[in-house]
Parts: sequence; structure tokens; C-alpha cells
Amino acid sequence: MTATAPAEAPAPGGRAPADERLLKTSLLRKLLGRPELGSVVGAAAVFLFFAIVADSFLRASSFGTVLYAASVIGIMAVPVALLMIGGEFDLSAGVLVTSSALVSSMFSYQMTANIWVGVLVSLLVTLAVGVFNGVMLTRTKLPSFIITLGTFLMLTGLNLGLTKMISGTVSTKTIADMEGFSSAKALFASQVTLGGVNLKVTVLWWLGLVALATWILLRTRAGNWIFAVGGGTEAARAVGVPVNKTRVGLYMGVSLGAWISGQHLLFSFDVVQSGEGVGNELIYIIAAVIGGCLITGGYGSAIGSAVGAFIFGMTSKGIVYAEWDPDWFKFFLGAMLLLATLLNAWVRKRAEATR
Amino acid sequence: MTDQSTTPLVELRDVSKFYGNIKALEGVSLEVHAGEISCVLGDNGAGKSTLIKIIAGLHQHDAGTFSIEGEETRLANPRDALDRGIATVYQDLAVVPLMPVWRNFFLGSEPTKGAGPFKRLDVDLMRRTTRSELLRMGIDLRDVDQPIGTLSGGERQCVAIARAVHFGAKVLVLDEPTAALGVKQSGVVLKYVAAARDAGLGVVLITHNPHHAYLVGDRFVLLKRGAMSGSHVRDEITLDDLTREMAGGSELDQLSHELER
Repeated sequence: MTATAPAEAPAPGGRAPADERLLKTSLLRKLLGRPELGSVVGAAAVFLFFAIVADSFLRASSFGTVLYAASVIGIMAVPVALLMIGGEFDLSAGVLVTSSALVSSMFSYQMTANIWVGVLVSLLVTLAVGVFNGVMLTRTKLPSFIITLGTFLMLTGLNLGLTKMISGTVSTKTIADMEGFSSAKALFASQVTLGGVNLKVTVLWWLGLVALATWILLRTRAGNWIFAVGGGTEAARAVGVPVNKTRVGLYMGVSLGAWISGQHLLFSFDVVQSGEGVGNELIYIIAAVIGGCLITGGYGSAIGSAVGAFIFGMTSKGIVYAEWDPDWFKFFLGAMLLLATLLNAWVRKRAEATR
Repeated sequence: MTDQSTTPLVELRDVSKFYGNIKALEGVSLEVHAGEISCVLGDNGAGKSTLIKIIAGLHQHDAGTFSIEGEETRLANPRDALDRGIATVYQDLAVVPLMPVWRNFFLGSEPTKGAGPFKRLDVDLMRRTTRSELLRMGIDLRDVDQPIGTLSGGERQCVAIARAVHFGAKVLVLDEPTAALGVKQSGVVLKYVAAARDAGLGVVLITHNPHHAYLVGDRFVLLKRGAMSGSHVRDEITLDDLTREMAGGSELDQLSHELER
């Protein structure tokens, strides 16, 4: 038995248990162990790059624009990152945003009710899609890639088909003159000016979601379960973690994000194009992966997904400020994804070796 | 079989399990008493895994009786088994490798503090308890924050055993705890198995190694092709007999004859 040393209590906060075999953990080493480190380094590099090549990039007004672009992606990247930590994908996330906006708009318009009724009905419908994805996954045990690919195609068809059937065109009718529009717009699509920077309310939604998701991941039982379900499903099941409920909950989280994004889409333009959203699901996944989420599950962070979304915002707007052809954007995004993933893998290896 | 005046913690009597038309297990009986180690021995495909899954609540038996402390039951799921005091430690899926040791230790039974939306993990308690519980079992861990995947196989088994003991398991089921380990590591794990027994737990030790079984076992059940080929208590049998019976007795004689030069 090696139990010779008295069981000393670790310092409050669990910092530095006195053990002579542990070198003093330097701040740097602690940072190296964080999943979002690679993305933060990447974000700094992208920022420097555009600060040098694009003169207008450093202006305060540009910062507001970049933040807005980041927040629109970031709101969805947070739940998608949680889902990825839980070991699953959601390919329907992009079009679900559009579906959510369409339901809200068309229900309000057709039922001539207060807009808030449409907004709440949209929440229920969007959550129901998440429940469908989750239940299908846990019941059939098919890969989530297949199931959500099916949902993605079905929703794409429904968005176009139903909108044409109901409104006669591919876009919804304007709802700007309806009761409750201004209050809903204030909640989902308003903006404030702070020190010369136009800040859209989506930035607040985004930061709020990041904080909430970080709290859930690191400090609640559900967070422990999410990591466990993604990192070792059978082990989690064997110790009594409600694996299926956790998965359904994660898909409902994506629905919640899609609802917020969808309402923003609706109230900033007051009409919705029914073909929108296709392809965005990959951008959410890219943001999560750049932010350090392991594509096989069990590792990652919500803050990382925010950094990933921020990189996306800087790149998409930085190219415009640099007055380059925006056609190059996808190339940069792809290169960034590869670099970030390689950097993450390298950092993780280093971090685990030096522990 | 010896008569015990006490009721066994877990008792299986003539338990059978069928997968479609395949008999995975037929007529197997097993007793687990507090402070004793019951060993289940068998070769690959003998039905050891099926037996363990029935005790752990992953599968239900199709025939025979399964009693916990004298009361006949049918476990619905692993959570049910845990609630009844049966903890199972699997060889390779006992832990989530990427998660820190302390998160693994409390996985599925996390302590919380606060109420309502502020209900949160009691992280300090979790870290402290993990450290002290492991120390109590004689495992002096450098850092409870390291991913459990960075521990050796033996250490991981020990963490899983310490976890089961901490959560008040009455019966500990161990699935081939020494199968993938070297000699020294196996010895360490067997020491913790004995420590769990001394703490008053009933232990089911599944193994295909009669030497390991005989080192710590009190009862031995031998499985062969899904059926019970022998059941002994320690006083009735020697290691040689156990090894011989496990290897199939006459089959071993034949094999040694064939291999003779």
C-alpha cells in the first residue's frame, strides 16, 4: 500500500494539490490543456492578418459588422458544438432556421393573430423537429448523419412546397404592419450604438447562449452527461447516465438556437425567402470544429465555438474590407478549417504529453 | 454446495437466456455472499458475458430465478441494478477516457449544491472525495484532473472499483478485470478486489484465468458452451483440479498426448 502520506485536502477551487511529483502547473500549461486554445491562436492570427491588409478593418464600425456576422453563426454554433461534444451531428440545423422563421411568419399572417402567437407556435414546431431528430436517433440507432440528412431534405422540400402552396410565391408576405411586430423586433432584431459601434441584439443572444452553455457543460450534471455520452456511450449507460434523454435534449438545444436565429431572420427583414439556410449547417459545424470540438465527440467547449464563429465573422467581412473578391471566402474558410483542426490535434497531443 | 444460514446477496438458480434460437446460457446457478468472492470461469464463448449482462441488468433472463437478498426480481436496466446495490465494472468500458478522473468517478451520480436554476455540481467535494477515496483504496493519484485515459489499465480498473465501493455497492461484478493486464498490474487489481471483499462486499469475478481465481476466490462456477460444467467451494477443490476442469479435463489429457514429443 502506498497510502503513507496523510490525505491532505486540496486547496480551495481544487488548485495545486501538494504532491511532489507534480511540477508547478504553469499558466501556459493550463492554457494548453484547454480545448479552445488552438482557435484563440488562430483568431489572433486572422485578426492580425486583416488588420495589416485591410485599412478599414480596425475601425469601430467594422467591429460591429464583424461581431454581427459572427453572432448570426455563433448562436447556432453553440448548440451544434454541444451536440458534437455529445457525439452527434445535425445537418438539418441550417434549414431549420428558415423553417422556424417561415412558421412564425405564415402562422401569424394566415391566422391573423398577434405576432407573438406565431412566434410561440414556431418555438413549439421547431422544438418538435428537434425531438423528432433525437427520438429517431435513439430509437432506430441509425447514424445521426443519415437521420438529420433525411430531416434536412424533408425540411428543404417542406419550406419551399408549403410556402408556395400558402403564399403563392417562394417568399412570405410582409408582416411589418401586424400587432406585436415592433416588440418582437426589439427582442430579436434591434440594435444599440455604443461608443460608435453598432451592436445588434444578436450579439447579446450569442454571448448569453455561450455563457449558458459553458455553465451547463462545466458545472451541471447534464454537462457531465453530454461529455460522457459523446466520449463513451456504453460506459455512460453502464453507470446509469440517461443517454437517450441527453441526446434528445441536445437536439432540442439546436432547435432552440434555430428558433432564435429564425426569429432574427424574420424580424430583421420582415419577409422570409423559403430557400434560405441550405449550407449553413456546415458552417455551424466548421465553427464548432475550429473551436476545438472533437468530431468524434467527448471533447470541446462552447467558448471555442464562439471563437470559431468570430473567426468566421472576421474572415467573411475582412475580405470585403480588404476589397477582395468575396468569391475567395470559401477558400479561406476551408484552409482555416484544415489549419485549425491540425493545430488543435497538435496542441492536444502536446497538452496530454506534458501533463 | 454448502448450506449457508445467511441469505445470499444475489442468487441465480437454473437461469437460462436465449437469443432467438441460440441458447446463450442454460441452467446456470450462482450464489454471491457478503464478504466472499464468487468466481465465474470459462473459455471464450462459454456464456460469461451473457451471465454478467443478466446480473448487471442489461439483459433479462428467460428462465430460472434471479433473487436479490432472497427476493425474486427481474432487473429492468443497469440503473435498476445500481439502485439495488449491484455495481458492474467492465473490462474496457468502465470509464470515459477523455474525461478527468474526478468527473468519471462521479459519473451518473454527481453530487450537486444549490437549488433551482443555480443547482450545480459540487466540484470541490467531487475532487476532494475522489482523491481521498482513491487514497483509501491505496491508489495515490498525482492529479485527479488528468483525463482517465492517461492512467494505466490497472489504475483505471481500480478507480472503477473504488467508485463502486464509494457508492455503497453491496455486490461488485468484475468482468475480466485482469485479462488485458500484465502480471504486476493483475496483482494490483486482485489486491483491490480483495480489499472490496474485506469491506464486506459480495464480489463476482469473471475470469478465464484459474490462477487468478484461485488466489482470491471462495466459490467457483465453471461455464462451458453456455451450460454449467461445475460448481465448487474453495475447500472442495485444489488449483490443479480447477485448472484441469476448466481446460476440459479429458480434453486436456488428449491435448497433452497430442503435443507429446
